[in-house]
Order: sequence, then C-alpha cells, then structure tokens
Amino acid sequence: MSVIYVLLSISVFVAIIFFAAFIFTVKSGQYDDSYTPSVRMLFEDELVSSNSENNNQNKSQTK
Amino acid sequence: MSSPSCFHCGDPCKHSTVSFDEKDFCCNGCKTVYEIFQTNGLEGYYQLEAAAGSTPKEVSDGFAFLENPDIVKKLLDFDEEGIQVVQLHIPSMHCSSCIWVLENLNRLHTSIKSSQVDFPKRELRVTYESKDFTLKELAILLAKIGYEPSISLEDYSKVKKKVDRNLIYKLGVAGFSFGNVMLLSFPEYFEVQEFWLDQYKPFFRWLMFAFSLPVVFYASQDYFKSAYKGIRSHLLKIDVPIALGILTLFIRSSVDIIFDFGSGFFDSLTGLVFFLLVGRFFQQKTYAHLSFERDYTSYFPIGVTRLVNDSTEESIEIYKIKTGDRLLIRNQEIIPVDSILIRGNAQIDYSFVSGESESVSKLSGDKLFAGGKQLGGHIEIEALKSVSQSYLTQLWSNAAFSKNKASEFQTLTDTIGKRFTIVVLSIAFIATTFWLWYDPSKALNVFTAVLIIACPCAIALAAPFTLGNLLRIFGRNGFYLKDANTIERLAKIDTLVFDKTGTLTSNSGNSISYEGLELTNDEASLLKNTLRSSNHPLSRELYAILERQNILTLDDYEEKTGKGITGTFDGHAIKVGSAEFVGKEESAAHETSVHICSDENYKGRFVFKSKYRDGLTPLFKQLKKDYSLVILSGDNNGEQKKLQKMFPFFLPMFFNQKPEDKLEFIKKAQVHSNILMIGDGLNDAGALAQSDVGIAVSEDVNVFSPACDAILDAKKFTLLNHFLGLSKQSIRIIKWSFLLSLCYNIIGLYFAVTGQLLPVIAAILMPLSSISIVVFTTVVMNIVSRKINFNT
Repeated sequence: MSVIYVLLSISVFVAIIFFAAFIFTVKSGQYDDSYTPSVRMLFEDELVSSNSENNNQNKSQTK
Repeated sequence: MSSPSCFHCGDPCKHSTVSFDEKDFCCNGCKTVYEIFQTNGLEGYYQLEAAAGSTPKEVSDGFAFLENPDIVKKLLDFDEEGIQVVQLHIPSMHCSSCIWVLENLNRLHTSIKSSQVDFPKRELRVTYESKDFTLKELAILLAKIGYEPSISLEDYSKVKKKVDRNLIYKLGVAGFSFGNVMLLSFPEYFEVQEFWLDQYKPFFRWLMFAFSLPVVFYASQDYFKSAYKGIRSHLLKIDVPIALGILTLFIRSSVDIIFDFGSGFFDSLTGLVFFLLVGRFFQQKTYAHLSFERDYTSYFPIGVTRLVNDSTEESIEIYKIKTGDRLLIRNQEIIPVDSILIRGNAQIDYSFVSGESESVSKLSGDKLFAGGKQLGGHIEIEALKSVSQSYLTQLWSNAAFSKNKASEFQTLTDTIGKRFTIVVLSIAFIATTFWLWYDPSKALNVFTAVLIIACPCAIALAAPFTLGNLLRIFGRNGFYLKDANTIERLAKIDTLVFDKTGTLTSNSGNSISYEGLELTNDEASLLKNTLRSSNHPLSRELYAILERQNILTLDDYEEKTGKGITGTFDGHAIKVGSAEFVGKEESAAHETSVHICSDENYKGRFVFKSKYRDGLTPLFKQLKKDYSLVILSGDNNGEQKKLQKMFPFFLPMFFNQKPEDKLEFIKKAQVHSNILMIGDGLNDAGALAQSDVGIAVSEDVNVFSPACDAILDAKKFTLLNHFLGLSKQSIRIIKWSFLLSLCYNIIGLYFAVTGQLLPVIAAILMPLSSISIVVFTTVVMNIVSRKINFNT
C-alpha cells in the first residue's frame, strides 16, 4: 500500500531534479544566445572534416 | 556589360577593378582582407558564404584613445595575470562567415587566446595575452579585416546591465507546479467513490497545496504588486480582478481541503498563472541587436587627443575636456564639443546630426558643432564648451527624455479591466445576497465561485498574444518596435510628422545632373582623371558616375581645400569646384553643385540633388486619407517647390527647424492630436522622445538610430501605411476576442451563480477559454497580415 508514497516521492524528486536543471541552465545564460551556437556547431564539423581529410591522405600515403 | 562583382564583399567593381589571385576585388581594402585570410588559412570564410565580406574602412588613428590606461581599464571585463578579456560591439557582422572568421581570430594573431561571438547582440568576446598585444592593436586588427568595433562613450559609462530573467524563472515555477498538480488532481475528476482514492485523497490534496505555494507566493507576485499599486492610485487595472481571482482560488481551495469540502481548485489556480505568464513572455519580443535607448553617448568616442603646448599629444577622457582645450581630430573622428577650427582642412559630415549626407567644408575660424565627423586629414580645434553643454548634447536635458510613455498610457486591456471589475463584483454581491436569503450555507460558495470563474484570464491573454504576434510580423518586415505597448499607441495616431533629410530623402547617393555646354572628349577624359586624384566626397561621387576614360598621368594637379581642384594635361587645364573658384557668381538657390571650367572657359555645372525615396507620392496620397501630414525640416527651404510638386495637396511644411523647435512643435500639436514623429538623425531625438510614437528611419538598422519607440528599415519605408493599418486592425481583433472571452465568462457565471461550480468545470473552462482566445487571435492576425507579406 505504501508503495504509492514511494512512487510519488520518486516522481516528485525526479521532477524537481529537472526543474533545478532548468533553473541552472537559464541562470548560466545558456538560452541568452540561441542563434550563434547553431551556426558554430556547423563550423566545428567542417574543421574536423578538413582534418580528417588530411588524416586520410596521410593514411593513404603511409600505405 | 555589367561590371564584375567583388570576390570579397560582393559589391560591383565600379571604379577600378583590382585583380589578385585570379579574382576581382572592388578596392584595395577588400584585396588586403583576402590576402590576410589567405595567408592565415582562413579561406573557409569564402566557402561558407560567397562574397561575405564587408569593405574595410580606411584604418584610421581612430583608436588612439585606447592608449589611455584609464579608458582601457574601464572597457576590460577581466584583467589579471597577463590575460585580458574584452567585449566589443561589432555592428558590421552579418552572416555565418563573419561568425566563423571572428571566432578564428587566434589564427590571425598568436596572442589571441580565444574569441566568441554573440550574434544576436553583434558582440565579440576576446581573450588575449596582454604581454605583447594591446586592446588598441586588437581594435586595429579587427578594423583591418572589415570588422571595426564601435567603442562609444556609452560603453564607458554603462554599468554592466544584468539580464532580467525573472519572468523565465516564474514561468518555470508555474509550469512545473501546473504539470504536477494536474497529474495529482486527475484521479478525483472521474472516480469519486473509490476505496483507494479515498485512502490517498488527503495526501494528494496536501501535495497539490504544497505545489501551489510557490505559484501563489512567487510566480504571481507581479499581479499582486501591480493590483496593489493600481488600487492605491485609484486605478482598477485588469490586474485587480486577476489578483482577486488568484487569491480567492487559493483561500477557497485551502479551506476546501482543510475541512474536506472538496478537492479545491489548485489545478485551475496553477494553470491560470501559467497561462498568464506565457502571455507575458510571448509579448516580450526583444531585438538584442537593436537599442531603443540611445542618446548622444552611443556616437561619441570615449577619448580624444588633446594638444598640450601645441606639440605634445595626450589622450584624455571626453568628459575632461575644458573650454579652451586644443584638440586634435583625426580622419573619421567625431567632434565631441562645440569648437572653433584652428588649423587644417575641415570636411565635416553632419549625417549623424541632421541626416544630411553631404559634407561641408569649413575654414579656420569657423564654428564647428558637436556631433560632426571629420573626413579627410586631421584638424586642430579649440573647445568652446564642455561636452554636456554643447548645442546638440544640451537637447538631452529636456524633460521629454525622462518621461516614460508606456506607463502614462492606459492600455485597452486596463480600460476594459475597470468596467469588468465593477461588473464582476456587483454580480458576486447580488448572487451572494440572493443565496443568503435563499440558502445561507451556499452563499460563501457562490461568492468565491463567481470571483474564480470571472477571473479574466482570457481577456488578459487577448492583448499579449495579438500584439506579440504583430510585433513578430512587423519584425519580419523590417519594422522593429520597442514593446507591445507601442502598437496600441500607434493605433491612436492621427497626425504624422516627417523629417525631410534622411527620412524622406535617401542617404545613399544623390541624383546628379549636368547643366551647361557639352564637354568634348578630351575635356571629359581630363575631368575624370582630375577627379580621380581628389578625395573630396563630391569628387568621388562624380567620379563614380562619369564614363570610363583612359588613365592619364596628369602634368599638374592642385587641390585648394574648400574651393576646388585644377588638373593640367597636355597644355589644357580644367578647373573643378565651387562657383567662386571657377570665377562665376553663386546662384541664389540653395543647391549643391560642382562647376566646371576648361581653359578659363566656363562650361557648366553638375547639380547634386538629394534623392527622394521611391514611392513617396503614392504613400502620402494613401496616408492623406486617414491622417494629417506635416513636414518638419532642419534645412533651408531650397526644396520646398520640389516637395510641393511631389505632393500636390495641402501639406504644411516648416523649414529651418532647430532640434528644440521640433520638440516644441510636437509639444504644442499634442494638445489636440496624437503625433507620430518619423525622423532619423540625432537632431530629431527630441521630437522623437516628445511625440506619442517616435519612429527612427535607418538605412542600416544595426548601426544607427536615435532613441525612439520603433526603428523602421529605410527600405520598407513605403510600407508605412500598412504598418499603421495593421496596428489599428490589431486593436479591433483584441476587441473581438474580448467579446469571445465574455461569452465564456457568461457560461462560467451561470455555473457559479447557481452554486454548482465543480473543480472539474473550472479546470475545463479556464484552459479552454484561454487556448481558444490564443488560437483565435493568432489565426486572425495571420490572415490580416497576409497583405503585408504579399507586398514584400
């Protein structure tokens, strides 16, 4: 019978964790600039690809 | 044949094409940037977006003030152990390539550790080692690659603004509680008589009570505060019935669960607050890269160079300028104080102040006003006043700048709120009196039920969603408003006041026409080649429109500042300049013209006329139907005839209006009408602040605009009547949604007055009314605004 208390406290606990995470992300300014990261993400991708191209070339040379 | 476009910036290569690396560039500046990127492995810049660059301005000594350690210290965010961090505003960044190159600054200079862009704010944060790199060098480096940071007096005096995230926290709290309470109250909606449910009922209810506490005491704080303030100043705002509703909901529900009368209305309570906050959040559409609060400090530099004993230069803060100080103003620097020109070729561009794009020449002994920008070489000036007492800056001491238009204005919602509160309270009392006589046990129940169900959630949501939507639609069409309140004020406008220069005329380019004898081929060639050597803005403009000629090396070239230029080739001489310079009398009309004289024979003149924006006449004809129009110009009346021809109907025009005159004009007219001021320069700042709504027209929205309520992209100027029409329509939509929500209220009141309001009914009715209002306003607004989207 008391399992409902256990379940409820777990569910509330989990909800509070997510709520705290939300507050933390807002506070640390993660939502202040919602545009630049979306662009930046693509750059890093590109840099890696140019590196990996070099790596591939190196590999093919070593072969 | 169209000229090739620049590989770096994409502009057509008009004057002369610089070829490098098998690519075309419009100027040496663009080529240099390309070279810098090329040698530092930053070619990716051009892969991301073709022709992404911006042409670098001539790198001037404009950052000399960054040598002053006091100034640098104030600008830096962090300075310790050889590491410095600075945040710079870079208005010219505009695309993903810009972000990329600015975040890879460390490849351009080894001392730069890292750099991060905040694109919406157009800001760049740079971390660098200060051992062998200074802020000045950083600024120059950025300017060199076409991203000149704008460092103004505003950055200097500003206290770091804290971002207000309170609303988001409150929204988070309300949403969190709403979700959990809904979950907990669900069982009781359906199965009332069930064994297990009865077992856990008290536990569930007290848990809901616990969840509602932060909502009542934290998330809905603003409504209580605003209601309290309203009552104290005898104003029945919409917040009064809302606060009353929240309070009644909470007390009634607490009483209900304490005495086991029922499950309470915690679900409706948390839902109500959540929806209201969502509405508030939606209404806040902010444009991070625009500023609506600018005054002269945004344009003035932080420091200037002072000459001590006529020889030593020192960099001082601008507020420390005293009357009688000798100042050195370099190319592209702004004159910070009213002063007298002592030495040098002054070519002053007052476009910041008046919107006039043509620069004026000054001779030594002439008075220079603060706010002008020196073009060309450096000049020496003597300060006549201090910064705050100068002609332009004095304007800001006017009371018009300290009033808050939004708080003085009573919104439609608040007007309704007043009547609504009175009606709701009377219904509540009448119903209670009836039940007291009929069945006293139910009286209190009915009283609270009326207050709960009549809580004007839907009414309070109608305006935020309609206006928030319109704000976004305007934003997409190049019309940026400060807040939603501006739309309501815009809808009440009946008089439009226009500035002329820079508002009705376009800043970009003049229309140039030639009057006089036709030039022979030799003369045309000589003229073009003579002009090429000159740096005067008029020469440049003229050079750009003349036909291409073979490049000649002139035998002789002479430039007399403020007068004109002489070029000699193969025994022929050509004089280009003012009427006086070529030996002709100045014509009476106030026109900008360049006279040509070949071998002492007067040939003719090029007349520069400011170009009016396209589509002005049809726009004014449209506007004329609904509004009275006025033109208020700071210029002389040289253009009056042309304007009258353009607008062949009654249109009052006033010329020679000083900034204070404009402000006073608006003030007087405001007695009997609501004024919309449309201007652009700092000289309109007073009028923009005084008017009911001030719109600043700007060629480049990121760069320049005085303090105002809205910024209009100059390209979208002709859409003005649509913008005004839409704001009127939005008010109509709000009124319709008020009617709709009243219907819901009447249904709810039926349940409340008859004493059969169950929590489940409240829980259905509240969200249903809110959501249907949101849907209604969004759909209607989008249909109505379709017209404007077609036009763009």
